[in-house]
Formats: sequence, C-alpha cells, structure tokens
Amino acid sequence: MHLHDVWFVLIAVLWTGYFFLEGFDFGVGILTKLLARDRPERRVLINTIGPVWDGNEVWLLTAGGATFAAFPEWYATLFSGFYLPLLVILVCLIVRGVAFEYRAKRPEENWQRNWEHAIFWTSLIPAFLWGVAFGNIVRGVKIDQHFEYVGTVWDLLNPYALLGGLVTLTLFTFHGAVFTALKTVGDIRVRARKLALRVGLVTAVAALAFLLWTQADTGNGRSLVALIVAGAALVAALVANQAGREGWSFALSGLTIVAAVAMLFLSLFPNVMPSTLNGDWSLTVTNASSSPYTLKIMTWCAGIATPIVLLYQGWTYWVFRKRIGTQHLAADIAH
Amino acid sequence: MDLALAPETLARWQFGITTVYHFLFVPLTISLAALTAGLQTAWVRTEKEKYLKATKFWGKLFLINIAMGVVTGIVQEFQFGMNWSDYSRFVGDIFGAPLAFEALIAFFFESTFIGLWIFGWDKLPKKIHLACIWMVSIGTILSAYFILAANSWMQHPVGYKIDRARHRAELTDFWAVLTQNTALSQAFHTLAASFLTGGAFMVGIAAFHLARKKHIRVMKTSLRLGLVTVVIAGLLTAISGDTLGKVMYKQQPMKMASAEALWDGQKPAPFSIFAYGDVEKGHNTVAIEIPGLLSFLADDNFTSYVPGINDVNKAEQQKFGPGDYRPNIPVAFWGFRWMIGFGMASFAIGLAGLWLTRKKFLLPKHLRVGEDEVPHLVLFKNKALSPKLSPWYWRIATWTLAFPLIANSWGWIFTETGRQPWVVYGVLRTRDAVSPGVSQAEVLTSMIVFTALYAILAVVEVKLLAKYVKAGPPELTEADLNPPTKIGGDTRDADKPMAFSY
Repeated sequence: MHLHDVWFVLIAVLWTGYFFLEGFDFGVGILTKLLARDRPERRVLINTIGPVWDGNEVWLLTAGGATFAAFPEWYATLFSGFYLPLLVILVCLIVRGVAFEYRAKRPEENWQRNWEHAIFWTSLIPAFLWGVAFGNIVRGVKIDQHFEYVGTVWDLLNPYALLGGLVTLTLFTFHGAVFTALKTVGDIRVRARKLALRVGLVTAVAALAFLLWTQADTGNGRSLVALIVAGAALVAALVANQAGREGWSFALSGLTIVAAVAMLFLSLFPNVMPSTLNGDWSLTVTNASSSPYTLKIMTWCAGIATPIVLLYQGWTYWVFRKRIGTQHLAADIAH
Repeated sequence: MDLALAPETLARWQFGITTVYHFLFVPLTISLAALTAGLQTAWVRTEKEKYLKATKFWGKLFLINIAMGVVTGIVQEFQFGMNWSDYSRFVGDIFGAPLAFEALIAFFFESTFIGLWIFGWDKLPKKIHLACIWMVSIGTILSAYFILAANSWMQHPVGYKIDRARHRAELTDFWAVLTQNTALSQAFHTLAASFLTGGAFMVGIAAFHLARKKHIRVMKTSLRLGLVTVVIAGLLTAISGDTLGKVMYKQQPMKMASAEALWDGQKPAPFSIFAYGDVEKGHNTVAIEIPGLLSFLADDNFTSYVPGINDVNKAEQQKFGPGDYRPNIPVAFWGFRWMIGFGMASFAIGLAGLWLTRKKFLLPKHLRVGEDEVPHLVLFKNKALSPKLSPWYWRIATWTLAFPLIANSWGWIFTETGRQPWVVYGVLRTRDAVSPGVSQAEVLTSMIVFTALYAILAVVEVKLLAKYVKAGPPELTEADLNPPTKIGGDTRDADKPMAFSY
C-alpha cells in the first residue's frame, strides 16, 4: 500500500471523525429549536455539548490541514472551487463558536435569544452544506486540465448534491436527537426519543435514495458492503431507540455515519475529485499527493498523535458522562 | 482591470485584515493562558482566596478572548486554499506539514483541555483541574511555534528542492524547517511579545480598578504579576528582536533596508528616526538619523556596510530578471517604527510601575500602605501632592494595555509587507500565488463579509470584555472553595448546571 493511499484513508478517517462528533453537536444545535420548549431546556441542550463541541470542531481543522499537507492539489482545487459555499460555512462556524461562548455572558433574555437563533441557523446550514460539498466531490465537478474548477456556484446545487445535503442534515439531526436522549433525564429525554424516531425515518428514506444513487453511479463491491452496513446500522439505531437502549442507539447512529462516509470515500477512490469534463483531468491520489518524504513525516506524526488525541478526547467524554436535566436548575441560573 | 480591485490586491487585503484581526487575540490567548495557570497554581499551593478570585477573573477574560481567537483562526487555515490556491499547489508539500502538525498536536490539545477546564471546576479534583489549564497553555505555545515555523519558511525558505516537472517546491528536510534560525528567533520574539501583551493587559485592567480603589487585594497581586511580566517579556522582546534583526540583515536585506528607508548602501549605516522620501526617485528628502546604529543592529559592528534599497533592487533584478523588487517602503518604514515605539513604551511604563510600587521596606515610612490600601504613585517629594496625583497615574497606566496590541499588529504588517513582492522570499511571487479560478466578485464578497462580520464581533467582544472588567472578580462560593475530590464530581450535583462559562 502506497503512502498516498494511507493518507487517503486517514483523511477519510478525519472526515468520519468530524461528522461523527460534530454531527451530534450540529444536531443538538438544530434541536434547540425543534425540541426545547423553554430557556432551561435550551440551556440543558447546550450544556450537553458544551464541554466537547470545540474539540469536535478541531477534527475539521485537522482534516483541512492534513489535506493541505498530503494532497495540496486537492486542497487547492476544492477550497478555491467551492469558494462561496465554503465562505458560508466559515461564517457559520465563526458565529456558532462565538454564540456558544457568549450566550450566557449576559443575563438579558433578548441577548440570549439572539444567540440561540444563531446557534440554530449556524448548526443547520453547515450540516446541510457539508452534504452538498461531499455530493459534488463524489459525483465530480467541472475541472480543467490545470486542475482548476471552471464551473459556477450553481453547478454545485445539482439534485444529487442537494439530496446529499438533505442526508447530512437529517442524519445529523437524528444523531443529535439520539445523543440528547442519551445525555439527559426527565421529559426532554422522552421527547428526544420520540423526535429521533420521526427524524430517523426521514433520514432512512433520504439516505437510502442517496446511497443507492451513489452506488449506481460510482459504486463498487466494497462500497456496496459499506452501504449495507450503513442501512443496517440505521435500522438498528431506530430499533434500539424504540427499545429505550440509548447507548446502543447512539453507537449505531454513529456507525451509520461512519459507514456512509466510508461508502462515499470507497466509491471515490482512487480519485479524490473527479472531473466531469475529461477523465484525464480528474484529481487522483497519485497526481494530487505530496512527495513521499512529506507523507512519511506526516505518517509518523499521525501515528503517534492520533492515539493520544483519542485517549484524552475519550477521557473528556468520560469525565462528563453523567446525564443532565432541568429539575435542579435554580430559576436564577436557568438561563 | 482596476488595479485597486484586482483579485490579488483584494486577496492581500483580506489576508491582512483577517490575520491582523486574528492576531489581536492570539498573543492575549497565549499569555493569559499561562498567567491564569500561574495564578491557579498559586491558589492550589497557598489556598489564598485572592489567587482563586484572580484566577476566575482573568480566566473569564481569557475565555472571552480565546473564543474570538479560535473562531477567527478557522478562516486562516482555509483562506490559503480559497484565495491562494496556486500558492497552496506550489508549497503545500512543505507549508501544509506544520499546519497539519499544529492541528494534530496543538489544536486538539488546546480545545479539548479548555472544555475540561471550563466545565471541570465542579467535576475534577483541584490538581487535575489545574493540570488542564497548563495543558491549554502548552497547546497555545506549540500552536504558535508551528505557525511561526511555517511563516518563517516563507521569509527564508530552507530544506526544500524545486520539482520542475510537477512545478512545485518539495520538502527535503523537515527538521531544518522547524529549527532554522528564522523560525527560532521569530518564535522567541513573538512569544516574548505575547507575554508583553498579556502583562500590559493585566497592568491596564488592574490599574483601572486601583484608580477606583476597588478589589484592592486581587488587583494589587495582578498588578505586580503584570508589571513583572511586562518587564521580563519586554527585555526578552528587545533581545529577540535584535537577534531577529540580524537574521533579517543576512536573509532579507531588502526588508532591513526598507525598515530604515536606507536607499543607498552605507558604511557605517545610520539608524533613521524619521524619514520622508520619494519612492519613485529612490531617496529621502528629510531624514533624522543616529550614525552607525543601523550597522550595529544589523551586524554587531558600528562600521559594517548595510546595503540600501536601490542596491538590493539591482541585485535582485540581475538574479531574478527585470522588475521592481521593492516592497511598500512607507508601510515598512513606519510599521517598523510603530512596532518598536509602542513596544518600548509599554516596557518603559512597566519598568516605571515596578519601581513605583516596589516593596514596602524600600519606601519611606509615610508612603507605606497596608494590604487593603492602594499604593501612591510617588514622583514628587511633596507629600500632599502625590496622593492627589496618584489616581491620574493609574488612569494613564490603564492605557498601557493597548500599546502592545498596536505594536503586534504593526510588527506583522511590517514583516509581511517587507517580504513583498515575494510570498516565499526568492521563490514565489505574490502575484503568482493567487487563485486563478476565483473571480473578483467572489474575493470582494468574502472580503466584505469577513470585514463586516469582524467589525460586528469586535463591538460585541469589546463590550463584553468591558462588562466583565468592570464587574471585577467574582465572590467565591462554598463550592468554589471545596472542589470535588474525585473525577466526575459528586453524585448529588450530577445535574447541576456547569455554570462557569455557558
């Protein structure tokens, strides 16, 4: 196995980690409008992800940095080509981070409500746009012989990619609802479970359509296996949710994300960004990658750092493993 | 196309705006993390309440600030791909690696442990909680190092070869990139300046409260800590700045000459305090100079030859072909002066403050004060006058907090402008680095969006900071003074809100 293949896998892993982790915190952000009925409930929702969302987001920064280092051509084509959608995502991530940090810094209801609106929209929009972006990456875009994207922003909004956006949006919302059921006690936990069922059914329909479309277009034997795993995990997550097994349900909704992202990357390989204009102009793991020396250094770094990161991030989840609820929120600190 | 709105110009403006804005927060984050960690360590060791109050007070300001640092940092990583895709293609093999290292080693560290620190007050035993803020501090410093190594490579590329077939630069020695003298001296200089910034921030805010005779114990401790930090960091900033200047003289003679508006090489070369010149004709019409000083700064020798702008321009034309290899000289010249001037001013105020608030036994008897009184800043022998004038001095000291911020911004503007027209010195020109496929409208849109967003956030941030500065240190509760003894906290408070931050 070549190092550039290893790095293709590692970047897939980083995106998977990002969607698994930030997936549920995007979901919880969306639930602040769909599920929470009052300020204390919104506060509880935000508290479930408070200690971890920042660490979750670093998976994106690492995926970006690793792509820059391991596949500079991919990084350059992707981020200059998807300029405006990426701009929207960046603006959302900026506002979202500030919203979490600043929301409770003033007691006024207006101030907090504005930041809560911000949390909802800045969770929803990126959750949708990441799916659009990946839909386009897998399907291929107009890339010329210099590896430059020559399409327009409207080319990115094709039915396949929009369906991809709907999948990530619903899947992350489902993942967030399951996470909320796992992390809370009381009424909100019961309602989160009910909502998870409804969102989960929509997710199942959208995801099945999108993944089958992908399989028919660019799939292969391995991606078919991933597709079957994703489908089975989603069904099992719904069953576990109905049975009140919240830990299982969350693990399975996570597995759905893992398998779905794996399926996309498996159907992409060995391309990293196919050209719809001419197959020879596609970016591949070979023509987009860095030199073997750089890849070797990066492999050492990732090999040593990744297990350590997983250990201390895992520890964080363990420290904050307890369920939280509204019943002990005193009125004066309930905001 | 109108040159002022060319994508290259807009992309440069956007890079300048987003970077300088990001860098308002970074030095404060680096230094406040360490200073807060120091205060919390003092609390854990001495159990004095003033240290815990100080930790919570500065910790809160640190958090308001780091939030902005983190979110504005996201843009930095992606705008290379968005606006500078040809740069990314050409140098990604080298430049991407420290960025990826930063994310893997530093960002994860910083962001994970900051979550633990914010929410861990009632979930973690004292010492483990303390370790978390130190981890954050280590993360911020590592992160700065990797970024500065990447930037230093642009100032002075090492450890690479050019692959003509793939039209790109390729890494041959990563260790050289991480440890070259430009990276080391730039990191030293930037980190020292960061502590100067955090120290001055503490001095300014502590002086604000002392002028009003509020929170005296906490603020006196903070003031001393801030003053000591300013003085030590100020010295280190000057020493490392001098080292960096000598490195620059050897590696980037054009930057050195522009910093001094030295048009023609001289031996010995003078240091210019003020200059007004004609860029087109290549000479100064007015100049106030200290003879020999530039030679000394550049080469440790009062009589060394320092090449001028016109000489370097000619040499580079011979080497790289026809063209204008001069940066924007007024910006470089004045940027250099503002950097040094404001940096020196904060150091001077720190030194004066340390002298004026020196230990009790050094002061004459009638000027000594108890623990709950504000010391007088004494500059006159007239006993009646000094207590009256003191509050005014405290107010002046408050303004100190802005000085290093101004110095930092100009420092970056200088170092980045001084390298132009190169984006990687001697290797890649800025005009060849922009994204060819990105339209003028797209860059203009993003520049307007980011600038507007940053302007709004600046207002929000400053108002929040002002609110928490005015509020002063919090009153301590039972829970604050008796942290949990086991990880995860006590069962009885499992669903207590994690109230420190959100």
